[in-house]
Amino acid sequence: MARPFVLPDLGEGLTEAEIRQVHVREGDVVAEDAPLLEVETDKATVEIPSPMAGRVAKIHVQPGQTVKVGQVLVEFAEAGAPEPKTVIERGRARQAPSEPAPARGAASTAAAAPAARTGPVPATPSTRRLARELGVDLQAVNGSGPGGRVTDDDVRAAANGGAASRGGAVTAERAPAGRASAPEPPAVAKPLARVGVEPPPLPKFEQWGPIERQPLSHLRRTIAERMTLSATLVPHVTHFDRADITDLDALIRRNLDSAKGRGVTLTLTAFLLKAAALALVEHPTFNASLDAAAGELIVKRYVHLGVAVATERGLIVPVIRDIDTKSILDVARELGDLARRVREGKATLEDLRGGTFTITNLGALGGTGAIPIINYPEVAILGVARGREEAVVRGGQIVPRLLLPLSLTFDHRVADGADGARFATAIVQRLEQPDSLLLGL
Amino acid sequence: MVMGDLVREVDVAVVGGGPGGYSAAFRCAELGLETVVIDLDKRLGGACLFEGCIPSKALLHVAGVLAEAERAKEFGVDFGEPRVSLDPLRKWKSERVIGKLARGLAGVAKGKNVEVLGGRATFEDSRSLRVTGDEPQKITFKHAIVATGSSPATLPGLDVTSERLMDSTAALEIPEIPGRLLVIGGGYIGLELGQVYAALGSAVTVVEMLDSLLAGADADLVQHLARRCQKQFAAIKLGTRVTALRDTGGGIEARLGDGAPETFDRALVAVGRRPNTRGLGLETTRVRVSERGFVQVDERGRTADSHVWAVGDATGEPMLAHRAMRQGKVAAEAIAGRPVAFDNVVVPAVVFTDPEVAWCGLTESQAARDGRAVKVAKFQWAASGRAATLGRSDGLTKLIVDPETGRVLGVGIVGPGAGELIGEGALAVETALLAEDVALTIHTHPTLSESLMEAAETLLR
Repeated sequence: MARPFVLPDLGEGLTEAEIRQVHVREGDVVAEDAPLLEVETDKATVEIPSPMAGRVAKIHVQPGQTVKVGQVLVEFAEAGAPEPKTVIERGRARQAPSEPAPARGAASTAAAAPAARTGPVPATPSTRRLARELGVDLQAVNGSGPGGRVTDDDVRAAANGGAASRGGAVTAERAPAGRASAPEPPAVAKPLARVGVEPPPLPKFEQWGPIERQPLSHLRRTIAERMTLSATLVPHVTHFDRADITDLDALIRRNLDSAKGRGVTLTLTAFLLKAAALALVEHPTFNASLDAAAGELIVKRYVHLGVAVATERGLIVPVIRDIDTKSILDVARELGDLARRVREGKATLEDLRGGTFTITNLGALGGTGAIPIINYPEVAILGVARGREEAVVRGGQIVPRLLLPLSLTFDHRVADGADGARFATAIVQRLEQPDSLLLGL
Repeated sequence: MVMGDLVREVDVAVVGGGPGGYSAAFRCAELGLETVVIDLDKRLGGACLFEGCIPSKALLHVAGVLAEAERAKEFGVDFGEPRVSLDPLRKWKSERVIGKLARGLAGVAKGKNVEVLGGRATFEDSRSLRVTGDEPQKITFKHAIVATGSSPATLPGLDVTSERLMDSTAALEIPEIPGRLLVIGGGYIGLELGQVYAALGSAVTVVEMLDSLLAGADADLVQHLARRCQKQFAAIKLGTRVTALRDTGGGIEARLGDGAPETFDRALVAVGRRPNTRGLGLETTRVRVSERGFVQVDERGRTADSHVWAVGDATGEPMLAHRAMRQGKVAAEAIAGRPVAFDNVVVPAVVFTDPEVAWCGLTESQAARDGRAVKVAKFQWAASGRAATLGRSDGLTKLIVDPETGRVLGVGIVGPGAGELIGEGALAVETALLAEDVALTIHTHPTLSESLMEAAETLLR
């Protein structure tokens, strides 16, 4: 009897994925957990393992195709095989969230301010539920229905201004082009999701010379949408500072070999992560998300940091958890593993979500600084440029010191310039006194 | 922790097995949360099923049958004098009605994998409960839902303990049919039970401190009920306090206002209900409780303590089972992370007397208090064909409408079956229908539901 295997729930509200590779052919006998196919979601490339041991009877999908959750991917010809389960499903244990987070998006305003109302907004319960799901404040919506009743269409129209979607950071570390895989499937052009203002129509560039239209890849489109969302929604402000990392650099160099002996590559990024994590514990406002609809700041009592990693397909931000409580050596080891998995396209969704703050280190690429865009719905991101030896005046003497340019971008709705300056200082001080990092202070 | 202590870890611990508690627990379980209910009596149903809504409605049905049999003489049918046997009556109520429903709820709990623990639950902090009683244990939870309900209030200032002095719970057991019964309180509990005992043969005296029966309901609705009560009851004393009360050994002697002491065989105290929020250890959490003992919650049912939620009578007025059930579902979905809120516009109220009185949304008296302009459309049941065939023209249906938009803001009904009819009113108000929508919808003829359409039609131009 044929057993269909459907695209499992990928979590995070993801409803579809693009098939990148199919690792099996019809007639193949596969073992349980053997790689079946590879899909790309908004978040990551995910390998889907076989839910059971058996023979592949039919393959319903091909590379490049977009499939919805629940759609049949393959059929197995084995009866009595164990119940289908996937890595992703296993990772989603039934658990009560410790803090229920209402899935509200940004509140949006209706085109015109509605007339003053007394009492509840006239709308059916199902319309009110829709409004909650879309994060629309009904009080701010003009009802087009009879007697001023707010309809589903009114709510959807109001939601279109600032519909919720998740953000992602841009900028990157250099990634080695090491991913040997099947040729990229051709991208299919699809419009970007609308966020905020409607861009005016583009001019006909053909009138000035020949052009070529290249469809965006799934990941490129996702990055584009998120950056637009973050840049449109969040009032960004960037604070610049420089950390004297002469001592830290010496410490790293002194310990490179002994760390290597333990199989760990000690990098500046590991220290940056630790410094940021400790500073975040001290300044929890920056370890938060703004619930605009509720008028609440959601402060996270965990410190999971994202690291922007450039891959040949585009930017990916894996997350290292609970950095505040881990040793630098552990952070460095985890960072190395994670970056490798990301570049090999082996990262799981679990590796990519739950971040509370992001660091983007462009040091390897040079430059004197960059203004990063916040990885929405986080509220701050730390940009790091290349450290350079510079002439510094110390006690009347000019001495060569290694200075690391930092740029902290944060959400001005959540924090003010002075808060940003204090938070940046908390990071700088830790980088300048590496002992504090080793002691977790 | 004591050695040998049993510690259970759950996603959600629900304290109290009434309608609010079991609705929340069932919904939590449906959403994949491991849920236990801790109930003093290790059963689901609460005051609603065991000592409130259900037994009182069962008895009111009996009262209704007696009244109908009496009235049948009008159209030439005489059943003779009824003989009431209390034992079979109690047995029918507790086994065929309550028992059946209780078994049903227990079955649902089992099917949904919701465990019901017997015992008293006390909070030890924001993440754990101590259960004492038959199944002592410690429970640690991610979320707790306080659904402890309410109990009958006692008479302030009159500290009398006597078997003859009953609260609603005791009265529903029908210990006997007293010759003379004093009902203290002219609210819905006093009137419902007063009518039950009157139908069974007691001479009932109702004493009410305020100037009207069913304070809070519109006067034109109450009028029809009051007229009937005057026929059924020995006396109704409004604006009167019980100034003295004592058990003389042979009965209850009560002084009503300035009058001379009167003697009754029993007295029923029906002066409201109080939330059961004491002795729960809430002080070990960050939960805030009001002066009147109500747990303070937001629109999702969350207390000031992010791990503790509360629903039902413990959270405030109106103390009605259907409000608690909706609150329970909202809290459960909120715990599961869904964007929900108790944003209901109407919590319909029904008094199951004869005739029934029901209302939802804005009342005429509330609009007057708020200084809000409304249009009121009334339809007297004297003009209803269906009411005439029932021999009951003592009814009224009215819509309270927004004068500018024509939207139905409230509905009030008095008459037999008003409790069922109010459902349409609740739907109209909750969905923001216009009176025109009600008027232009075909209603079945001949039914009492036509009265809603007829009332709405008076507003058509």
